[in-house]
Amino acid sequence: MGAQLRLLRRRIKSVKSTAKITRAQELIASSRIVKAQQRMQAAVPYEREITRAVTGVVSNSSSVDHPLTVAKENPRRAGVLIVTSDRGFCGGFNANILREAEALAGLLRGRGVEPVPYVVGRKGITWHSFRGREMGGQWGGFSDNPSYADAKEIANTLITAFSAEDGIDEIHVVSTEFVSMLTQEVAVKRVLPLEVVETTEKPETPLPYFEFEPTAGDVLDSLLPRYVESRIFSTLLQSAASEHAARRRAMKSATDNANELIRVFTMQMNQARQAEITQEISEIVGGANALADAAAGKE
Amino acid sequence: MVSPEREIWSGDADMVIAKTVDGEIGIMPQHAPVLGVLVEGGVLTVKRGGGEPDLVAAVHGGFLSVADNEVSILAEVAELGSEVDVARAKNALDRAQASVEADQENADAAAEAKRARARLRAAGEEVG
Repeated sequence: MGAQLRLLRRRIKSVKSTAKITRAQELIASSRIVKAQQRMQAAVPYEREITRAVTGVVSNSSSVDHPLTVAKENPRRAGVLIVTSDRGFCGGFNANILREAEALAGLLRGRGVEPVPYVVGRKGITWHSFRGREMGGQWGGFSDNPSYADAKEIANTLITAFSAEDGIDEIHVVSTEFVSMLTQEVAVKRVLPLEVVETTEKPETPLPYFEFEPTAGDVLDSLLPRYVESRIFSTLLQSAASEHAARRRAMKSATDNANELIRVFTMQMNQARQAEITQEISEIVGGANALADAAAGKE
Repeated sequence: MVSPEREIWSGDADMVIAKTVDGEIGIMPQHAPVLGVLVEGGVLTVKRGGGEPDLVAAVHGGFLSVADNEVSILAEVAELGSEVDVARAKNALDRAQASVEADQENADAAAEAKRARARLRAAGEEVG
């Protein structure tokens, strides 16, 4: 067997095993998207109810003066929550987010505000630590299946930093929104100070006048952090679903590529084999002719 | 009744009894709109008409909002009485009480004991 033939056989074997891996990853990701979407759906009722409650409180007490809703004068430092994934193999998912985060950081610096990154997901954490950037906080290990407790922990850290005297003055979130199976978009949102403008159209009936147990202030005190938690939780869930969708797409194109490579290599291998056979035949024929010529010369 | 991770239960009710930080509150049809903060480790009772048994749930923190004859319970963590694993809750209670006795300042353990008690009460067990 010729050297070229052996080389091609080896490459086909290795590409085939790669294709097997990427295909398996693709199937895993597709089954997890469904689960992630279901979790997104399951979280919707809570989000809707808490938004309604917040809107209710705010529309009742016209002067909402809560530390979490008031923009600070002369903001100096801004927290940026960057939601990335724990694992790679998902195409441009993390690169897109980090690029958007960098753009936001540039924008903030232009306003004279120092950005402080808070990073979710191991990929983002290594990206920042590799560049020697200091992070306000980092969480990893749950990006593909976040629980409410994770969201709560993140929200607590952010709110604590926001309420502290020399902490951060505003909080932005850079994450991927799950639009559909095929489209995911990187979105930048401001979470704190809260803007409580939820519905633009007027509700059909005026919102009822609420009584509060114990008082409006106390309700708001515990309601707003929950609201932030729920917003962050929904961000994490969307990011998880997007991560799976991105991984599925990346793995699908990797599998397609591998199959294309296998096709090309197989063709080249067949050509090489045929060339080898042809050469062998012409060598035999040539050899036989030479022998025959030599025998004829002797006589 | 919803928690962040899922919708726990929804349906018609004659009366809803919950425990807010101000005390027990019972809500019947035509109740005025209310927004209340629920206590950690409370028990929520939904009385249903038509001879159906009461729905009991352990609710740990969250809110109660009443508007337009609709009661929404936004619980941080909630568990229906029928879903409670009694043996596990008892275990958790024993463990938490032991740590409270060992260290009176242990707020985590005290909260854990409260939650375990609420779960047992929701499951219809007697707890001291």
